[in-house]
Amino acid sequence: MLIKKPVDIKPSEITPENVFRNRRQFMKESSRLMLGAAVAGSMPSIANAQSSGSLKAPAPAGLVRTEPADWLKNKFANIKSAPDSGPFYTGESLTPYRDVTRYNNFYEFGMDKSDPSSNSGEFKADPWSVEITGEVAKPGTYHLEDILKPVDLEERIYRLRCVEAWSMVIPWIGFPLADLIKQFEPNSKAKFVEFETLIDAESMPAIESRFAIVDWPYREGLRIDEAMNPLTMMAVGVYGDYLPAQNGAPMRLVVPWKYGFKSIKSIVKINFRETMPNTTWNDLQSNEYGFYANVNPEVHHPRWRQDMERRLPQTLFSRQVIETRLFNGYADQVASMYGDMDLSQYF
Amino acid sequence: MRKLIKPLVFAIALIPFSILIARVFINPDSLGPDPAQELAKESGEWALRFLIITLALTPLRQITGQVAFVRQRRMLGLFALFYASIHFMVWMAFLLVFRWGAIIEELVLRPFITVGFSAFLILIVLGVTSPKSMVRKLGRNWKRLHRLVYLSAGLAVVHLLWILRTDIGEAVFYGALVALLLAYRLQRYLRVSKPALPKV
Repeated sequence: MLIKKPVDIKPSEITPENVFRNRRQFMKESSRLMLGAAVAGSMPSIANAQSSGSLKAPAPAGLVRTEPADWLKNKFANIKSAPDSGPFYTGESLTPYRDVTRYNNFYEFGMDKSDPSSNSGEFKADPWSVEITGEVAKPGTYHLEDILKPVDLEERIYRLRCVEAWSMVIPWIGFPLADLIKQFEPNSKAKFVEFETLIDAESMPAIESRFAIVDWPYREGLRIDEAMNPLTMMAVGVYGDYLPAQNGAPMRLVVPWKYGFKSIKSIVKINFRETMPNTTWNDLQSNEYGFYANVNPEVHHPRWRQDMERRLPQTLFSRQVIETRLFNGYADQVASMYGDMDLSQYF
Repeated sequence: MRKLIKPLVFAIALIPFSILIARVFINPDSLGPDPAQELAKESGEWALRFLIITLALTPLRQITGQVAFVRQRRMLGLFALFYASIHFMVWMAFLLVFRWGAIIEELVLRPFITVGFSAFLILIVLGVTSPKSMVRKLGRNWKRLHRLVYLSAGLAVVHLLWILRTDIGEAVFYGALVALLLAYRLQRYLRVSKPALPKV
């Protein structure tokens, strides 16, 4: 496939290691400070992250979750709240926590929207490691704790548009994917990033189905400039709380200008490569799912029209069917990456 | 007793509908955050189930010798049409919110919808021609026309297959049932139409 303008990361754009070292130090100190502050203040001490109170969209009261590892708890003690405006924030009404966590596509757990939340009881998000391979200076298998050490967690409120023509507004907790990528120092051959989801038949019951037409594990990919775009984030939480399994625990991609299936969940492998990677949906039906999968009201999917969407939650008698926007409303941030590419050809 | 069977079957066939109505008005939360999608899925699946039940009645009579099965055939076939109509209305009213331009475009441009709509149109034609007076009027052609029910069932299975995303188990299940019923009828047709061979 011909890409109009391959974008390289210049080695100079990659943060030198010593800067990261310093940053880790800074993070350690500031998280200690924050933790102290949180304990001093009389925060409710359910399983919620301690800093939830300062977020735009804190965890719902009374949310009871299994205790995460201490290091993750500490990480969640210091989250920068979403800004009041700009692309990292939207004032649209949020999809409630309950709906965000009970209406999911995570086909490893089943086909119905409620399957991921009801069938993921056996899923273990800790311990978790991610394998980094390909065109990087620092390949290897890293514990999630080490990957998260140098990053700052922040809250971002994004629209999520599913290819099935429904959408949500979700407050994620995470960090720019660029901050993760820079840690491993990709070289100039790294033109694409490939991601892989965990495949574990014991905790993901649908993987063993005889009638599955997907070749697991689930795979997705981005062009390196898409991956480095400030909008692209890795999420480790939602609503101020740790990601539940059905939402892609412990770490998932969020690419708000692309259809939801690009935002791959429960990532165990990140590969940097020179050529465009195969992706699960594209492999399955290449005439229906392209590599780019940018939200585009003018390019319809063979099964779903894409110029309108059902904003969830809905009730039958107060339906919110709204117009879908080009790049899901993030055109100002991302349109330039596609220049004069024919978006109906590279869908 | 015989007179009770029909109202009983009628009442049973209304149970899925009653449950859907109860979910809409009494427990809307059970429909989840995307109720239109849930209703479309449920009503569509019940339409296909009733279609398959209807197709199974003649073989059941032939196998068991019980005429009672076939007496319910027309009514159950109309229930398939009933659930398919709900499916279609939910799609028009709640998924496409009566945007007529979009509705027409979908019927023409989205193959899985064209296929499902064709199955629905066949059911309408069969429903309209199902009263006794129509059977008399159409004579021999009635039977020919009503063989289209197999086409309708086949199209409905394709329609389902097309909307499933990663696992086609459900479509395989219903498809196998339709294929089994069709195969039964074909082999019977071939056996009956062949002149009996003298025994050696």
